[in-house]
Amino acid sequence: MSQSFVSLQNVRKVYRTRNEEFEAIQSVSMEINAGELVCLVGPSGCGKSTLLKILAGLHPHEGGEVRIGSLEEPFDPSRDVGMVFQQPLLLKWRRILENVLLPAEILGLPMKASRERARGLLAMVGLSGFEENYPYELSGGMQQRAAIARALVHDPKLILMDEPFGALDALTREKMNLELLRIWRESQKTIVFVTHGIQEAVFLGTHVAVMTAGPARMADYFDVDLPEDRDLDIKTHENFGEYTRRIYKLLDMD
Amino acid sequence: MSVDTWRKIIVASVVHVAFIAFWWLSVIVSDIPEYILPTPWLALQTLGTENYNWVFHFAATAQEIFGGYILALVVGVAFAAVFTWSRRLDETLMPLLVTLNMIPKVAMAPLFIVWLRFGIETNIVITFTICFFPILLNTARGLREVEPDLLDLVRSLNGSRWQLFIKIQLPGALPYVFSGMKVATVLAVAGAIVGEFIQSDRGLGWFMLVTQEALNTDAMVMALLLVTLIGVILYGAVILLERTFVVQDARIE
Ligand SMILES: Nc1ncnc2c1ncn2[C@@H]1O[C@H](COP(=O)(O)OP(=O)(O)OP(=O)(O)O)[C@@H](O)[C@H]1O
Ligand SMILES: [Mg+2]
Repeated sequence: MSQSFVSLQNVRKVYRTRNEEFEAIQSVSMEINAGELVCLVGPSGCGKSTLLKILAGLHPHEGGEVRIGSLEEPFDPSRDVGMVFQQPLLLKWRRILENVLLPAEILGLPMKASRERARGLLAMVGLSGFEENYPYELSGGMQQRAAIARALVHDPKLILMDEPFGALDALTREKMNLELLRIWRESQKTIVFVTHGIQEAVFLGTHVAVMTAGPARMADYFDVDLPEDRDLDIKTHENFGEYTRRIYKLLDMD
Repeated sequence: MSVDTWRKIIVASVVHVAFIAFWWLSVIVSDIPEYILPTPWLALQTLGTENYNWVFHFAATAQEIFGGYILALVVGVAFAAVFTWSRRLDETLMPLLVTLNMIPKVAMAPLFIVWLRFGIETNIVITFTICFFPILLNTARGLREVEPDLLDLVRSLNGSRWQLFIKIQLPGALPYVFSGMKVATVLAVAGAIVGEFIQSDRGLGWFMLVTQEALNTDAMVMALLLVTLIGVILYGAVILLERTFVVQDARIE
């Protein structure tokens, strides 16, 4: 049997401030296979961002085990992680192309090839022709597309997205969801996608992980059995309603 | 240049001319004696008086203003950079600097003159002292203001402290540096003139004191205009630099 790409076993996280300990995550376990799109949904403060930071290698974890990659395919957290946040966080003083190139610069990748790749990625996210624009000349949705291109420029294996569309209006958000599915299919990356949106989680995910707060732990993890080729019609699919109800119930919102 | 820029330039010019016209007219209409307030034209005519040595005094004051200002810029930005590199240094020295900033720098001027004797160099030091703090404090604030998520992004790529500084912090702090620089322009002019007022043998401030004794108000007014001109040139240079180096949307007004 082949190993999963990401494996979390009873991962626990404690934040220590000067005189306090705070258990941000009590226990999370999950297996993610390469190429999956896992949505992480849960109430505010349940430790979703914390979990992403552990996956990105930014925070140490306490108990349990985190394994990413395998012996045959080793995983280098600095090269193999791409991050997208709620805010695009583009550098105001850089043109879009230069913004997309930032990770390549930091990693010291060959610039010429990276430049070509960045142009290609900008085309993929629908931003051809905006390479030389400054971020303020782009709408919020377009900026977030550029941020996605930036997360892909160093060709990472794992993309971590922390409520990437949370700051967008509902309409743009729907559109970006469709775009993300297309980008995910084209780039064949493994994505962990954090969201508050229950519908969004079911719509996007091949798998959904539900986290609850107090104590912060994983309450459910399930496959989403919906057609591969998703469009907005899928929201009327009977399974769709079932999955969303399942999450609502877990989060005590029904 | 865009139509909008031209419009702004024209409006600015018209307002300036209108102000001078208003001054001129008020003097004539209200019958103010010229030793109280000369007309602009009378003031301007003093430029022809040879033994006033305008160029010499203008150059002296300009040296003090620009010298102190540039020194403050270099040292201020360097200090701010050092503080962001060493948290310990920041925590130790920042409170002291905030206190020192409270000292009325103008009141330091007489002491500097005691310590260093009067002269252009001393006035440069006075100007420097007064300009240093706003540049330092603004720059330090700009360097600190990094989005935590952006920090995570750089750290997730295992970026070095130097990369963070040179690619994110420094360019991000540039608008703050300029906002400090703008505040400092006004202070620079005041600093140099105060130094000259207290003790000196040259410069437009000194010249104002000398002409005051003879009640040559027209020359005093002309000196004042020239000091202002130096300030405007300095401010203009700062704005020009800002336009060159700071992307429009990143500027803080
Ligand atoms: N660096 C930190 N130090 C101490 N406590 C922290 C730190 N980061 C997060 N926390 C705490 O850990 C808990 C989980 O935070 P986290 O940001 O992971 O939640 P989240 O699920 O992402 O919430 P949201 O949906 O609002 O973004 C919160 O109670 C938060 O206060
Ligand atoms: Mg969060």
